[in-house]
Amino acid sequence: MSISNEDRQQIVAIIEQHQTLPGAMLPILHAIQDKLSYIPEDAISKIATALNLSRAEVHGVISFYHHFRTSKPGVHTIEVCRAESCQAMGSRELEQQAKQKLGIDYHQTTKDQRYSLEPVYCLGNCACSPAIRIGDDIHGEVDGEKFSTIIDSLSTYSLELS
Amino acid sequence: MSPSQTTSSTNSSKHVQSQRVYVSLDTTARSKGSDSVADQVSRQLSQQPELAATLVRNGSRGMFWLEPLLEVETPQGRVAYGPVKPNDVSDILSAQAFDDVTDHPLCLGLTEQIPWLKEQQRLTFARVGVIDPIDVADYQANGGFVGLSNALNKTAQQIVDQVKESGLRGRGGAAFPTGIKWQTVLDEAPQQKYIVCNADEGDSGTFADRMLMEGDPLVLIEGMIIAGLAVGANQGYIYLRSEYPQAHKILNQAIANAQTAGFLGDNICGSDFTFNMEVRLGAGAYICGEETSLLESLEGKRGLVRAKPPLPAIEGLFGQPTIVNNVISLASVPFILSNGGEKYRDYGMGRSRGTLPIQLAGNVAQGGLIELAFGISLKDLIERYGKGTKTKRPMRSIQVGGPLGAYLPQHQWDTPLDYEAFSAMGAVLGHGGIVIFDDSVDMAAQARFAMEFCVAESCGKCTPCRIGSVRGVEVIDKLLDADDEQRPVHLELLNDLCDTMEFGSLCAMGGMTPFPVRSALKFFPSDFSLAKSVPAQSPTSSTGAQ
Repeated sequence: MSISNEDRQQIVAIIEQHQTLPGAMLPILHAIQDKLSYIPEDAISKIATALNLSRAEVHGVISFYHHFRTSKPGVHTIEVCRAESCQAMGSRELEQQAKQKLGIDYHQTTKDQRYSLEPVYCLGNCACSPAIRIGDDIHGEVDGEKFSTIIDSLSTYSLELS
Repeated sequence: MSPSQTTSSTNSSKHVQSQRVYVSLDTTARSKGSDSVADQVSRQLSQQPELAATLVRNGSRGMFWLEPLLEVETPQGRVAYGPVKPNDVSDILSAQAFDDVTDHPLCLGLTEQIPWLKEQQRLTFARVGVIDPIDVADYQANGGFVGLSNALNKTAQQIVDQVKESGLRGRGGAAFPTGIKWQTVLDEAPQQKYIVCNADEGDSGTFADRMLMEGDPLVLIEGMIIAGLAVGANQGYIYLRSEYPQAHKILNQAIANAQTAGFLGDNICGSDFTFNMEVRLGAGAYICGEETSLLESLEGKRGLVRAKPPLPAIEGLFGQPTIVNNVISLASVPFILSNGGEKYRDYGMGRSRGTLPIQLAGNVAQGGLIELAFGISLKDLIERYGKGTKTKRPMRSIQVGGPLGAYLPQHQWDTPLDYEAFSAMGAVLGHGGIVIFDDSVDMAAQARFAMEFCVAESCGKCTPCRIGSVRGVEVIDKLLDADDEQRPVHLELLNDLCDTMEFGSLCAMGGMTPFPVRSALKFFPSDFSLAKSVPAQSPTSSTGAQ
């Protein structure tokens, strides 16, 4: 999958901006993913060259961390907390309801490219479990019903935009 | 929404100075809708210029069942209302609200007098929820940077001695004496040294680091500057988990403001000391909370655990002497330097000195942050602060210290919160996170999850952890499917596997994953269809907790 010239230029600019930082790898990967929503294959060789590493080493770093992804996610990535505090408040059920509502499993994206579903281990919202994260917004005390309402509000909002 | 519903009033001109209204920007408060409450407050205040009040977005007081909490500054002190919905705002913000406690149904009285808050011993969290988190002047007006200014008048050794005297132990969970760690770095010859703050707070049930970074980031910054002074380091990194976007924004703003005010950069406070710092984001790997894995990650590599020795204090970040301390450890240092190590040491019990920010989470009616001296029992804590479960069902099991901590049955709830007391019963206090489960919990599922979590989060460097966790899930599944004849066979295998992980793993990830598994087996055997007489069961255990 090749990327647009504009994306390629952005990648080059990001690498140039960060490559002299000590331990530049994670800042570069974050900046690319923040900009493009994923880390395209094309970026790997460019990072490798800039940091004097092999492509395998860069790939190794990307694959180690749950946060980084190498394919384009849906418009909204929904992270559902799987950790113990949320389990104590019914997150096992919530996981099932979320999967059912979206019709996908973890690490998948809906056919219309709107939603991706990811597990997460703790959002630090443990006094108001169960928690989910969408973008930079964290929602607490989420049950199946509240999950549906949140998802429905996302789709209403985006329809208005288009 | 009709913000003009409020009773209009003209008698508020007597308020000379602009009074403040506080609504929290803390992640949990926001997850409960504090942003829309704050928007409503702004709208209201702009429509009523005669109130001459301003909105401040503060950290949270930690009473999360009352969020969104709205506080109004009055001549008597701050008055709290909560939990507030946007359409309550116009009623609350009457002119009387700026004078005193009101009879509004959501009024909780003076914030400082709320028993849940009043009975705490907030040393490290003294300013969290009180001040504007990124306002340097507000921080200084509330005792901020006194510790730094004292430290600037001491020698490096005197600073380290203060920390030693305080008895402070690493609040991340390992409880290693902070002063000794600092001494090791100080004793290394002058060279490039680093201060690394471990803000990769991954344990479920913990949020103290997050609250502190969102509510009083400057105290962490001050603690890191003092650490730099103490060991001769001029560069600090905060390694923050990517799951904390709000803390990230606030920390960056606080660092920029501290820099502008002359507390970071060259010639700090007119001295010849230079210290710079930067926030670096993790990327969703629990293992990076382990200090050597964290250092690898900061260096831009896979977060593989390093073998120790060498200690990070001698060969840490980029091979240089490095202090790696948890957020709360570093944030406790300004108190120690401004009040003296002895003062901090006066709190606590045994070898656990000072206070512990305790986090009540999971199935709890009143969850939140409680900072208290070590020594209170779980039972006391839950009776006085937690007030039972949110589901109103009986409590059955409590996990303390995150996903690698043991599940405690009822008869262990009398144990005082103290590192040694917990260790003596095969449990850990960890970072002070307490997760409560009611009687609907399936402890076999919890034990299985402990192994599953280790599968997902093992760095993969050592075999007992990488393979052991996969086998652990399999053998627990077999155990749960087994008939009476086969069950003891799988149980023996599981126990053997737990031994291998516990004694053969390179770090606590694999080494402690057996803790929750074994405690579940030992104290809740019926969930595994096991009779009471399981070999692993100690004579003191009982199934009475069920």
